[in-house]
Amino acid sequence: MPLVLIIAFPLLGWLLNGLLGGYLPRRMVGVVGSAAVGFSFLIALNAVQQPERAEPWVVPLYTWIAAGDFVVRAGLLLDRLSSTMILVVTGVGFLIHVYSIGYMAEDPAAPRYFSYLNLFVASMLLLVLGDSLLVLFVGWELVGLCSYLLIGFWFERDRAASAGRKAFVVNRIGDAGFLLGMILLAVTAGTLDIGRIGERAASIAPPALTAITLLLFIGATGKSAQLPLYTWLPDAMEGPTPVSALIHAATMVTAGVYMIARLHPLFMRAELTQMVVAAVGAATAFFAATIALVQWDLKRVLAYSTISQLGYMFLAMGVAAMPAGMFHLTTHAFFKALLFLAAGSVMHAMHGAIDMRRLGGLGRPLRFTMWSFLIGALALAGVPPFAGFFSKDLILEQAFLRADGGAVLLLWMAGVLTSLVTAVYITRAAIMTFAPPSAHHVAPHEAPPSMWWPMAALAVLSIGGGALGAQSAGRPMVQGLQEFFGLTAHEGAAAPLWLALLTPAVALLGIAVGYFAYRGRRQINLGRVGTFLELEWYLEPLYDRVIAGNAKRVGHMLATTVELRVIDGAVNGIGLAAARAGASLRRLQTGYVRNYAAAILAGTVLLIGWWLLR
Amino acid sequence: MSVPIPYYLALSALLFTMGVVGVLVRRNALVIFMSIELMLNSVNLTFVAFARQFGTVEGQVMVFFVMVIAAVEVVVGLSIIIAIFRTRDTMDIDDVDLLRG
Amino acid sequence: MSALIEIIIFSAAAAGALAGGVGVVASAQPVRSALSLLLVLGSLAVMYLLLAAPFVATLQVIIYAGAIVVLFLFVIMLLHARSGEERPSKLRGQRVAAFVLSAAFYAAILAVLRTVRSAPVSTIGSEFGSAQFVGGALFTTYVLPFELASMVLIVGIIAAVVIGRPFVR
Repeated sequence: MPLVLIIAFPLLGWLLNGLLGGYLPRRMVGVVGSAAVGFSFLIALNAVQQPERAEPWVVPLYTWIAAGDFVVRAGLLLDRLSSTMILVVTGVGFLIHVYSIGYMAEDPAAPRYFSYLNLFVASMLLLVLGDSLLVLFVGWELVGLCSYLLIGFWFERDRAASAGRKAFVVNRIGDAGFLLGMILLAVTAGTLDIGRIGERAASIAPPALTAITLLLFIGATGKSAQLPLYTWLPDAMEGPTPVSALIHAATMVTAGVYMIARLHPLFMRAELTQMVVAAVGAATAFFAATIALVQWDLKRVLAYSTISQLGYMFLAMGVAAMPAGMFHLTTHAFFKALLFLAAGSVMHAMHGAIDMRRLGGLGRPLRFTMWSFLIGALALAGVPPFAGFFSKDLILEQAFLRADGGAVLLLWMAGVLTSLVTAVYITRAAIMTFAPPSAHHVAPHEAPPSMWWPMAALAVLSIGGGALGAQSAGRPMVQGLQEFFGLTAHEGAAAPLWLALLTPAVALLGIAVGYFAYRGRRQINLGRVGTFLELEWYLEPLYDRVIAGNAKRVGHMLATTVELRVIDGAVNGIGLAAARAGASLRRLQTGYVRNYAAAILAGTVLLIGWWLLR
Repeated sequence: MSVPIPYYLALSALLFTMGVVGVLVRRNALVIFMSIELMLNSVNLTFVAFARQFGTVEGQVMVFFVMVIAAVEVVVGLSIIIAIFRTRDTMDIDDVDLLRG
Repeated sequence: MSALIEIIIFSAAAAGALAGGVGVVASAQPVRSALSLLLVLGSLAVMYLLLAAPFVATLQVIIYAGAIVVLFLFVIMLLHARSGEERPSKLRGQRVAAFVLSAAFYAAILAVLRTVRSAPVSTIGSEFGSAQFVGGALFTTYVLPFELASMVLIVGIIAAVVIGRPFVR
């Protein structure tokens, strides 16, 4: 079966729902969208399992750029890395589409929603399947576009519209770095094909390599919401909750991680960049976790949590533990999507309320949702045997082992601390949402089946997903990826036992702290520290004043001084000059013949004089 | 030839200049026209003088044509003057300034 | 002819030309200007004779004095031409500019004349300047301009007729 179909189906869904969605019955729209992704998932399964296909499997589509020596061919590349991604994208995507059927049942703009969502899946698949960096970039930009469209889905709302714009603009800043890195790579390596980059990576001079990888990493920080380009993600919660689940938890934000994995021949040779990546990842993880602790909006807690967990993934990539990073990407997709869907279920039941101060006491009426949330929470905290434990533990273990007592050890400690904070904040969230006493007078009802089947599936995956990387299960994913990355198993040096016990211990400690601190839905005031965290370590006012403020000032100056005085002045000035020149010249036309005659005489005298003097 | 040719030339230049002054200073259209005729005649004198000096016929041929053209010019010019000034109560060309910018 | 007589005739003709020139330019009434023009034309005809151009002199008298000046006089009478200069001039500085420029012009011309090397006057035959002499050139070497001149005449006549027609609204 041609691999192209995996992208073709969601595109078809996009067109169908986009153009004809208005004429279809409401239910059909969701079914069409879900079916498109469902088919993609089946094709992905089929493609991944084919034993006789080449590894890697390249499906050329066409030659895009042919400029002398520089050729860019557009095609699809299926190998262990992209197999992982397409399964995650289509699988989780399918579940979220099904969930959306119920979630968006009342919304008249559902056709637009599903068409955008299909477009997103198609773009993400293009991103991960591209066999050339340029194709990847096309997918990269497209998912950014879909993100904008979906965040601002309810565009009549001011906050949603500006959140969408913010996401796009911040992404764009990162994309500038990405583009520069791509150009530099094309210039030094002469190609943008993934395969050939791998071959030529060794021949690129180290300074250029560092520059390329750093620039590409800037793009990754934008797309994956790391410091300093993370600000768009919390605001992106203005979009529908399933969108947050799919795009801003499971898939789009992982594109940065994927990109680094894809270009590992470059990144693994650029030691400085690796340090930067790991440091930024660890710092972001800790930073975001602390902020999640003081959020009142449940979805924003989850948003900062996503930023934090992405930090873990970058930490892994930075210490060259790429299989661990990819593993965490997968498990995170499962449990974070589950958490978001549960949050969505809460919103659905509470008619859109999501401020945790107004929730509480939802455990009994929303039993299923609560258990789903708790499963996701435990996975996030890193409690065995849930999936999150295995992936997070692997990252921390790898970080420790590769540290060799150097600066990386600091990063490892940050990772451990972050785990603690993670456990605390998610416990707080769970208690504030579900535990008694309730702060509302609504009688909520549980979600319809179309919404809790997907949650159930994700819950199962959050529990059992650890098998993909668990030692006892043979680590199919991690092993496979290890071979893919060409890494020698660093865990030949066996991890000390206390290390393995550290993660669950920290998680349980955090849960306990959270329980005792927030029991009974107590709202703790953290005083000065609380303010510090609420203002995002003062980054938010800093960005506002320095960047936004100056941008506005520049814009204002351009709009008034430059536009009015300089540009209008120049243009009008030309007109005025012409008019004035005309007016002065007009005075020569006196209408008096005698004046003209005198002028002729003067000219003649001058001519004769010139001739005489020659 | 006891009167040297340059004398004729100087006289012609003087007559020409007088004609120029007339064109520039007088306001009566007909007088201006006559001044122009004066200028043409002075040029004719120059041509004839040079024809005599070099012994060629070209100078006199030129004078012939000048006269023909002058005649035509006077005819057309006067009819224009009639057309313009018949309806006005003035002969002042400064009053004909419709082409003023 | 003897040199003395030539000089006398030249002086007289020159005086007449200059006087007439002044008269054309300076007369208050147009009729006087026209008659002064007549004086100039006559003086010039005399000078043409001195310069061995009898045919040109004849033409001068016939065409210029006989037709053109008459035409001028007719138009002056037709238009009851006054001087037209009763009111003060609208153009200030025109007079000053005119004299200055004219003086400069005259000076320039004289300067040009000074640069011309004076060549000896050629000797000429007796038929120089006669009707056959000029006519011979006109009908052989310069026949094309001659024909064109006749066309110009026709155009002029037609133009005069057209312009002179009464303006019918």
